Amino acid sequence: MKEIVVISGKGGTGKTSLTASFAYLGGKDVIVADCDVDAADMHLLLEPDFEEQEDFYSGELAYIIQDQCIRCGKCLEVCRFGAIKNLFNTYQVDPLACEGCGYCARICPTNAIINKKPVAGKWFISNIKTGSIMVHAKLGIGADNSGKLVAKVKNEAKEIAEDEFKDFVIVDGSPGIGCPVVSSLSGASFVLMVTEPSVSGLHDLKRLYELIKKFGLKAGCIINKSDINQQITDEIETFLKEENILHIANLPYNEDFTKAMTVGQTIIEFSNGNLKKQITSAWEIIKNELK
Amino acid sequence: MKIAIASGKGGTGKTTLSTNLASYLSEKETVVLTDVDVEEPNSGLFIKGELVYEEDKFKMVPQWVEDKCTFCGICQKVCNFHAVIQLGKMIMVFPQLCHGCYACSELCPESALPMIPKKMGILRYYKNHQLHFTESRLDIGEEQAVPLIRQTKDYINNTFSEDAIRIYDSPPGTSCPVIEATKDTDFIILVTEPTPFGLHDLQLAVETMKELKKQFGVVINRDGIGNSNVTDYCKAENIPLLAKIPNDRRIAELYSQGKLIYKDIPEFRQELDKIIAYIKTLKINRQA
Ligand code: SF4
Ligand code: SF4
Ligand code: SF4
Ligand code: SF4
Repeated sequence: MKEIVVISGKGGTGKTSLTASFAYLGGKDVIVADCDVDAADMHLLLEPDFEEQEDFYSGELAYIIQDQCIRCGKCLEVCRFGAIKNLFNTYQVDPLACEGCGYCARICPTNAIINKKPVAGKWFISNIKTGSIMVHAKLGIGADNSGKLVAKVKNEAKEIAEDEFKDFVIVDGSPGIGCPVVSSLSGASFVLMVTEPSVSGLHDLKRLYELIKKFGLKAGCIINKSDINQQITDEIETFLKEENILHIANLPYNEDFTKAMTVGQTIIEFSNGNLKKQITSAWEIIKNELK
Repeated sequence: MKIAIASGKGGTGKTTLSTNLASYLSEKETVVLTDVDVEEPNSGLFIKGELVYEEDKFKMVPQWVEDKCTFCGICQKVCNFHAVIQLGKMIMVFPQLCHGCYACSELCPESALPMIPKKMGILRYYKNHQLHFTESRLDIGEEQAVPLIRQTKDYINNTFSEDAIRIYDSPPGTSCPVIEATKDTDFIILVTEPTPFGLHDLQLAVETMKELKKQFGVVINRDGIGNSNVTDYCKAENIPLLAKIPNDRRIAELYSQGKLIYKDIPEFRQELDKIIAYIKTLKINRQA
């Protein structure tokens, strides 16, 4: 079983549309994991049925039992996150500011503080229209540790793939270079970077690749909207060569990305032209690379 | 006046709007633009200015002092983030996992875990006439954006006067970083695209803003693609729709070159005028 992680540094490059298209092309052989848990969009294209769902608990949240509190103020003193407030001579926890470090509960002289495990989100296992299975999630507002939810979604998808002897897990990765994307990348067999030829696209690509290098992962790149700025497309290609990154395809600007999404389809279903051909051969290249 | 520009997800035109709005406004008044999307700070690619100040940013993490340690195991027990681990006769600290809560350090009976600064990123401040631009950049391999966002906001609060209009280019999403970035702002502009992805991500962002009890409005970018569901949603939910930036290949091209758009495209500038007009009414409300 091979794991392909698709990432883009920043959104808006067509990453999700491409991932969904590959999932469609791979059909039953591909288990899908939507690890862009902050803004999970894959379900809009793949028609999941939300067959199984489960709450995801993560971290802790301090809670003060007012009856037991003697108002000594020690908790407020130790909290480094300004999460404990003194309001009308009572001590209260601001749940959005609390990092769940548990320090206050440890030093409260009357054990008035307990740590609750908050629901940080939900995750789902769904049957999707490709005839396969997708694992996806919805993160609660302001929840910490989206990295953990990403790991959960990914591991669940991998287990299913192993149990059912599937060839591939394809992961729609998280944006950024922080904790969620680190979780998305760990254990990947191949990282597909989707970029676009803009100064910020190139900038993000380089930053992202630095991270991928740290993990020593094999990577390839698709340049989307490649005709928007030929000069930067050339620069990206040079960068790929220098770093020995597999250059998979250049996709010219195409409104079909948006049009397909608007009717809830993958590009493979929607488009009949060159774009479909190019995405299909990109998928073949990726599969070949993993043989 | 503190305005945050945010979106449910990246790539919707958040940075385009922040940089153009800030530059345009700074033709008439002092503007403080801050890029707190510390994982992917991009505003600086569009704003040219003179570097005035640069500073490494640190977070506090514990450091083990071997000869003081009695291996009591308390530190490992009190760290909720598994950032301190005892392995035989060794205490290991994982700075990337550390939230800097000080619990291990202060509860260590032997004072064997003093907190020391560790570099997590860099802050830079540039100036271009009336535009003051600050960005912070998280080091590769650092996993936590929130402490850097927090320190960047502190820097802004300590450096600039309250009178200038402040614009924050916020990180995308709905989790901790965006909450930290938008927490004490007066108004939030949510940027989205008129597509099913755009609508879905906007709804998440709106839920977040409601939870934070924030005043906010929406700007539609690339108007003309997709469908009218975002407009309908804003109407139904009574959310002010501040402007609609047309879908225009010229905008995409200027953006790709790292250029500001309002200077060349009057239709774009008109939409900025609408946003500014709206912001100004907010100002009056506030003083009244
Ligand atoms: S430390 Fe405990 S007793 Fe003291 S103010 Fe806080 S909750 Fe109350
Ligand atoms: S758990 Fe930590 S962050 Fe939360 S209130 Fe207590 S000390 Fe503050
Ligand atoms: S709490 Fe202090 S003395 Fe105890 S094991 Fe940790 S470092 Fe050593
Ligand atoms: S400071 Fe807090 S988070 Fe960091 S290692 Fe110590 S207990 Fe863990």
